[in-house]
Formats: sequence, C-alpha cells, structure tokens
Amino acid sequence: MTTTLATTTAAPPVPSSGHPETNTGISHTKLAFWAFLGSECLFFGAFITTYLLYRGRDQLLDKPPYPRDLFDIPFTSVTSFILLMSSLTMVLSLAAHQKGDLRQMRIWLFTTALFGLTFIGGQVYEFSHFVHEIQKINPDGGILSTNLFTSTFFILTGLHGAHVTVGIFWLLSLYARSLQGRLGPEKAEAVEIAGLYWHFVDVVWIFIFTAIYLVPQH
Amino acid sequence: MSEATTTEVMPAQGAVPAVAGPVVHEEHEHAGPRQYVMIAVVLAIVTALEIGVSYMEDSLSPNLIILLLGVMAAIKFFLVAAWFMHLRFDSPILRRLFLVGLIAAPILYLILLATLHVFDPSL
Repeated sequence: MTTTLATTTAAPPVPSSGHPETNTGISHTKLAFWAFLGSECLFFGAFITTYLLYRGRDQLLDKPPYPRDLFDIPFTSVTSFILLMSSLTMVLSLAAHQKGDLRQMRIWLFTTALFGLTFIGGQVYEFSHFVHEIQKINPDGGILSTNLFTSTFFILTGLHGAHVTVGIFWLLSLYARSLQGRLGPEKAEAVEIAGLYWHFVDVVWIFIFTAIYLVPQH
Repeated sequence: MSEATTTEVMPAQGAVPAVAGPVVHEEHEHAGPRQYVMIAVVLAIVTALEIGVSYMEDSLSPNLIILLLGVMAAIKFFLVAAWFMHLRFDSPILRRLFLVGLIAAPILYLILLATLHVFDPSL
C-alpha cells in the first residue's frame, strides 16, 4: 500500500508592510541598510578625525595655502543649505509615494536630484577655484600633496561628494523606473531605502560643514 | 500627529519559527508633509544661527563658538535622523543598530584624538 502524505501549507498572509514576513517584522533590506549606515558613521568619522588631527598643523610648518586663504563661507553656506533642503524634498517624495500619489512623488524625487546636482556643481566650482589658488601659491607642487590641509580637505569632501553623486544616480534611476511604471505603491521600500541614503549624506555634511568651514581657523 | 499601533507578527503556518513565540514590535504612523516643512524651517533657522555664530570670533571665545556649533550640528542631526529618516517612528531595533555606530564612532575617534594630543592647547 502506498501512503501519500499530503502536505498542506497555507498561503502566507499578505503583509501590510510591503515586504516578506520576517522574524523581526522588519524588512531584511531595511535592517541591513541601517547596519550599513552605522558602518558609514565609522567610515566618515575616520576622515573627519584625520582632518581635525592635522587641522592647523600647516601653520607650524609654514607651508601655505591655509584654509582662510581659500574658503568662501557664504558660497559654501548656500550650497550646504540647498543640500539640507533636499532632505525635505526627499521625505516629501516618500510621503507622496506612500499615499499613492506617483506624480507628486516624481516631482519631489526630481527636485531632490536637482538640489543634489546643484550641491555637486558648487563643489566642482569650489574645487577648481581652490586648485587655481593653490597653483598660484605653490606652482611647482601637486594639489593633494601640497600640505596637510589640502590632503585631508580634498579627500574628506571628495569622498562625501562621491557619495552624493551615487545618490543622484540612484534617485534618477528611481525616477526613470517610475516613468516606466515600475515603481508602483507596492515598491515603497525602494524609495524609502534611497531616502535613508540621501538623508545620511545630508547629516554627514552637517558635521563636515561645521568641522571644516565654521569652526574658527587658527 | 503620530498614533502608536502594536503589530503582532506570527510565523507563517508550516514555517519553522527561529524564535520561541511571536515577535512583537511597534509601528507608528509617520509624520505628514506639514510637520516635515516645519522641521525644515527649524533646520533653516539653526543653519542661519550657525553661520552667524561662526562670524562672531571677535565677541565670543573660540571654545564657546566650537561648543555652540557642536550643539547646533547635533540638533540638526537629531531632527533629520528622527523625523526625515523616521527613526522616531520606526522599530526600536533600527534605532539601536544605528546608535551603535553613532556612539561607537565619536568615542573611538575622541580617544584617538586625545591620544595624539589634539586637545592639548600648548600644541
């Protein structure tokens, strides 16, 4: 006699959270992304610390240019403010997506990318201006190797700029997916994760801007 | 404003549960566009104050300026993380996970800076 065991598995309940059922009740993607952001705190912390460690030491070596020779605080304040406000447009995009208003979501998403591009444009202008000034002061030297200030400044702000650039491509790819109809209300987590990344690069800049530009120079 | 709801997550039938019993976590509704705009206004005001303080080198001591700038940067960070990143509303597990990196990083690097005599005024 052959015995057949019929295995009946009930269909899993449809989750209201928009992600598969997990033991913690939190999406694995979101959990992993928060862990990644925690590690990014250590990553940027290392470069901010290095900048603070060498800050003002160039004066001891008498090897210009010094930050006060290069910085244009009003200009950088405007670009920093634009990046800060891009966090508002990003969260408005997510709120619109969660409400199912895809048109509004696209408008805010594109505005966020545009603000990010403006910030990066400002950084490119600032870098090219600094390079020009450094070459005037030190025509024979390299740019990164001119002194401790230029090495730590360009690496820290450059790495942050690279993160912002990745964020812009991410946002534009979401925008393109939305135009193709591949970012429906069920994909809210995709927008949320991109938003977390964008807000993170914004909060990192809050500390970089304060540590590099606003803290009194020696 | 936000309203707290408690969700009980049961393991799917036929699945082997990794933990004994159901996992209970809290989910809160996120803030709305009105609150987000208000937070952005506060951020703009704090940023303006930061820039203003940075120009007060003649009337304030450098240490006081650094302290004020640090406090204002922390306020801005808190507002963005709590409201825009939804840490205020999301599961406490996410908050704890991020706080590990956030607390570990400054402690680690402050010890490093102190070891290298960065806070020594004679240097």
